Amino acid sequence: MRLINQHPSRVWQVALGALPFALAIVAYMIASAIRRADNPQDKLLPSLTSMGEAMYGLAFVADRRTGGFILWSDTLASLERLAIGIAIAAAFAIVFGALIGILPIGRALFSPFVAAFSLIPPITILPILFIVLGLGEAAKIGLVAIGTAPLMIRALAQSVLDIPREEIVKAQTLGATTWQIATRVVFPQLWPKLILAIRLGLVPAWIFLISAEAIASTDGLGYRIFLVRRYLAMDVILPYVVWITLLAYVIDRALALFSRRVFPWAHLTGDAL
Amino acid sequence: MSFLEARRISKSYGDAPILERVDLAVDEGSLVTIVGASGCGKSTFLRILLGQEQATGGEIHVGGEVLAGEPDEGRGIVFQRYSVFPHLTVLGNLMLPDDFEGSRFVGRLFGVKRKAARERAEAMMEKIGLAHAADRYPAQLSGGMQQRLAIGQALLKRPRILLLDEPFGALDPGTRQDMQAMLIDLWRETGMTVFMVTHDIQEAFHLGTRLLVFDKIRHDPQFPAAYGATITYDIPLRGQRQPAREAAEDPAVSAGAADDVRSLPFPAPFERGDEPHA
Repeated sequence: MRLINQHPSRVWQVALGALPFALAIVAYMIASAIRRADNPQDKLLPSLTSMGEAMYGLAFVADRRTGGFILWSDTLASLERLAIGIAIAAAFAIVFGALIGILPIGRALFSPFVAAFSLIPPITILPILFIVLGLGEAAKIGLVAIGTAPLMIRALAQSVLDIPREEIVKAQTLGATTWQIATRVVFPQLWPKLILAIRLGLVPAWIFLISAEAIASTDGLGYRIFLVRRYLAMDVILPYVVWITLLAYVIDRALALFSRRVFPWAHLTGDAL
Repeated sequence: MSFLEARRISKSYGDAPILERVDLAVDEGSLVTIVGASGCGKSTFLRILLGQEQATGGEIHVGGEVLAGEPDEGRGIVFQRYSVFPHLTVLGNLMLPDDFEGSRFVGRLFGVKRKAARERAEAMMEKIGLAHAADRYPAQLSGGMQQRLAIGQALLKRPRILLLDEPFGALDPGTRQDMQAMLIDLWRETGMTVFMVTHDIQEAFHLGTRLLVFDKIRHDPQFPAAYGATITYDIPLRGQRQPAREAAEDPAVSAGAADDVRSLPFPAPFERGDEPHA
């Protein structure tokens, strides 16, 4: 049988999917062992055990200074900023995406501005945000929102435009007003697209979150990584990177699952992501 | 004055004329089939009748009044695809017209009104043979079922004019015949005026009470886009006003229709479609 027609069974699929992860871990362990054989104090590639010990300390031993558990308080602080920032961006995306997508007048009014605004590198706005909003939560949340909103607005506006013209015309022949077309035809089809836009927006959102935390913060996952960088504490940095990746992955899968559960009609054809 | 009158309709996109000097008068209750080569402007003409596009010149009157410049409830439409709403079930699609009419701001009915809308939707489902698929989404329906749903949805508004843009073009021959029969039944029952664009000339002859052929009368071989199309043939047909068997038993009607067709310069295959069914 041709290779192109050979499909792995369910068990093999899982095994094959796990293989690159296993190989990466084994490669790391070998490299780490080689370096530590040279110098037992090596900081660059710490052993899995020392990483586990460092993470145990951060997760389950109360911090002497604050009395909190650092990993969880960092995670909570970061996720809160991420959630609020994304929620603000999503609100903007719905309002302006719909205005641009549904109304030709709205398109003429907002489309050029959003297109121009989306080309500003968001990180260059960070100093402005710090100056205007101070070094508190608002600036960090603002960066996440500003960094993701233009992208999400454009994604949603395009989703509206992708709704076949036939549907909009048909709704008019069924007696719908502009408002009714928006609320009964466009918005219901927009919700699954919003979830998709959020999933896309989360990628830059994490970047801006970590950047903002690295520059001005007293807690958060990004703050911790850049704090311990000064001590070359790879035994904290590496697990934190894995932890952030895991969080991002779980959020992404949860959103995808949510969309399938709540909007089954949107996942009947095609759509693999 | 006829029910629908189009006077010297023209349409061009930029410098390219699509339609020129289209004159047409149609009686109420006609079933007008429209054929023509690809890109001859027959779908454009249908969209102008619908109000989705505006004619560059000329005007159309329906029942003595100038045609509204945007789609409205007086004119139903069924496209070849995308005529139903993918996020609503069959039942939801069929309740939507009542939702629009009964609830200005929320777009949804509740309580007694909702029950009435549901009953109307269920009656229509019965009529179009989709009662067993009430809770399915359009993507879970076959092409024929989707088009039946689209027609049923359009008919809920009881439009005086129903526009069909190659409604059965994507269906297999068996399904297409069933759909044609259903359309004829609904047309007889409602007395609405139907305009149907089709690629299938046999279908056009078989179903219509009148056949319009769109084509270019002037042709510039150096610059094919120089002239627009117009109605080149306007052929009265027997149509399917009565059930097929009665029509076949009436020699005057069938003979007249056959003569009409044979006297026209069409290739043989088209004529066969209009033979009375034995």
